[in-house]
Amino acid sequence: MRRTLKLLAALLALAIAPLGAQLVVPELAYDAQIEPLKLPPNLNFGEVAGVATNSKGDVFVYTRTGHPTLSLGTARPFAHGGSRMFRFDKTGKYVGEIGQGIYAFLFAEKVKVDPQDNIWVVDQMANTVLELDPEGRVLMLLGRKAESERVPVDLPPAPPAQPQGRAAGAGPAGGGGRAGGAAAEAPEGGRRGGGPPGAGGQQDVFNRPTDVAWDAAGNIYVADGLGNSRIAKFDKNGKFVRSWGQTGTGPGQFRQPRAIAIDAQGLVYVADAGNRRIQVFDGDGNLKGRFLNVGTPRAICITQGPRQVMYVSNSNPPEDIDYDGEIFKLDLTGKLLGKFGRAGRLAKEFNAVNQLECRTENEVWAAELGNWRVSKISVRGSASTN
Amino acid sequence: MRRSLFLHLAALVVCASPAFAQAKATAQNVPEIPYDSVPNFIKMPAGMYLGEAIGVATNSKGHVFVYTRSANTRLFEFDQNGTFVREIGEGAYNFEFAHSVRVDKDDNIWVVDEGTNTIVRFNPEGHITMVLGRRPPAVLGMRIAPAPGATPPAAKYTFGRPTDVAWDPQGNIFISDGYVNHRVVKFDKNGRFVKQVGSERPGSEPSQFNTPHGIAVDNNGNVYVADRGNNRMQVFDNNLVLRNIYDNIGVSWTVCISPGPHQYLFSSNSNPNGNPPGSWDITGEIYKMELDGTIVGKFGHASKQLGGFQVVHMLDCRNPDQIIVAEIESWRVQKLMLKPGAAPARPATTAAR
Repeated sequence: MRRTLKLLAALLALAIAPLGAQLVVPELAYDAQIEPLKLPPNLNFGEVAGVATNSKGDVFVYTRTGHPTLSLGTARPFAHGGSRMFRFDKTGKYVGEIGQGIYAFLFAEKVKVDPQDNIWVVDQMANTVLELDPEGRVLMLLGRKAESERVPVDLPPAPPAQPQGRAAGAGPAGGGGRAGGAAAEAPEGGRRGGGPPGAGGQQDVFNRPTDVAWDAAGNIYVADGLGNSRIAKFDKNGKFVRSWGQTGTGPGQFRQPRAIAIDAQGLVYVADAGNRRIQVFDGDGNLKGRFLNVGTPRAICITQGPRQVMYVSNSNPPEDIDYDGEIFKLDLTGKLLGKFGRAGRLAKEFNAVNQLECRTENEVWAAELGNWRVSKISVRGSASTN
Repeated sequence: MRRSLFLHLAALVVCASPAFAQAKATAQNVPEIPYDSVPNFIKMPAGMYLGEAIGVATNSKGHVFVYTRSANTRLFEFDQNGTFVREIGEGAYNFEFAHSVRVDKDDNIWVVDEGTNTIVRFNPEGHITMVLGRRPPAVLGMRIAPAPGATPPAAKYTFGRPTDVAWDPQGNIFISDGYVNHRVVKFDKNGRFVKQVGSERPGSEPSQFNTPHGIAVDNNGNVYVADRGNNRMQVFDNNLVLRNIYDNIGVSWTVCISPGPHQYLFSSNSNPNGNPPGSWDITGEIYKMELDGTIVGKFGHASKQLGGFQVVHMLDCRNPDQIIVAEIESWRVQKLMLKPGAAPARPATTAAR
């Protein structure tokens, strides 16, 4: 009996140890501005899906706003509008609109700026990843906007419901949130082309893509997305290289890959929101690791420079502010360095962060779907120096 | 038997057609309050038009805000004389199908849009500073339409065609919700859910609603709900416990409470959309009441002409002797100068039960 107890205790200790190490996640001191960008008098953001900065400190905001419209021509309704992109200088002064009246700003998802200061726009409804030069002229297009919409809009069937509560392996930092948050608005599964379920994307035929990133050689990686569940890789000229992943919960599979980031070594970090984990791949799609301690990761960013760190948002869904919402700081091995914030509508609270931007460790931008705003966060914690 | 079946059917038809719901007020001997309608009160710039005048409210300076279903749903500001000042929130993401505009004590402008299921606060400069509810994502298209059958349970932070908003002196937020849900929700001043009364299902019992269509809060934090589909107003305390029902004022389409030490309550027995036969004879008047339900008087009637009303949708009563009225079917906002001195002092029967 005594021996059994001892064994049990040992087992318990084993089970708890890896979690226990992370039970002490330091709260990082931080401040946040909720109006870092000065809008002209009669202009407002809608749901802010994307925020990014360029090397000069200019800020780009991609927002769902205006009137998403179906127009009538033949029997086919055509989708127009619904999203806009605005540019601000580093002081937050409004510079202007980019892409006014462009073909495929329908349902904003992400905006990113590459090392050459080109601006990349991911639209979840147009199924496009669009590269603009620093002045906003079109350089390259991946994907194609559907010619017309079906009403109801053509979507793949909803997946079986994810059980409520913590997903398998969620660390203590995951909190008491429910996995249904991210799943609520994201039916998934592939619809186009062959291949395994949820891997239906052909080359640059996307289905609700969510993000784009580049490695040092300029290869392009697209998180595709809420319809497909794959990562698509293209070379710097936009030529298809390979694709990996499919819908599922197993290693290398995805449920709602919502964000992607690449470090200086070329490792690819995928926010696998529906599975409540980050999966790490090399540039060929080989699985290298996974982080299970970040709740429902809906946005990630990696800082520049020799000592890179990562910020991850355990975003609440836009429909509820009573759980999740904190932002984690990690090193690139997945060790939690700290966290800050919670879901809410006040300053220093966050509501459904859809994108994080962090050129440096101390300055983080958050695009908030739920609060229709951009928060500029100053992180003062020095936990990363240990 | 045959006759009784017919009656049943007729009753069913009446119940099933809220669009034509009308009710003659049962209050008796209510004094008429004389009034004049200010001619040409709202002055649109050339080339601009109001559509259905759905929401109207004034701020502390007397400026008038009109929320209108036009080619696009739009929000306009006019000064106290009705001169156009500016448009607010042009192209805003929450503007699709106007339902209500209200101004809080800090002159923030709150807009309730039943086409996007949102309640949005604009600061006095016209910038959005709070969002309650969520516009269904366009990318989901019609998939977000509720499936046939039972309405899903009402969620804390999303709405089903909400109708109106009000605040208590502490800044707590009360929302009437609405055409799909049938409830009133209380949030704290930071937009965190506190509690609700009613549910996603319509009902006619006390504390149930059938299309709660307007809401107002008095200085003591009591909550007055225009329970339109039930032809009554329900009054709750600050914790949403039922305190009173006023059911002698016809259909309570919209409700307004004047500020100041002696507050008055206004409720419109609006004529129904479509002007069904006979409706002008029994609907169209607005009641002025004490908070306890005692009727002070009534004014107005259904008519296409200035001074008459075509489906009053919202009232502003910041000055209880100068009522601003937004009407659906005449695309019109009127300012009414009441002459209460001319009304008999004798209050009418009370209705509380």
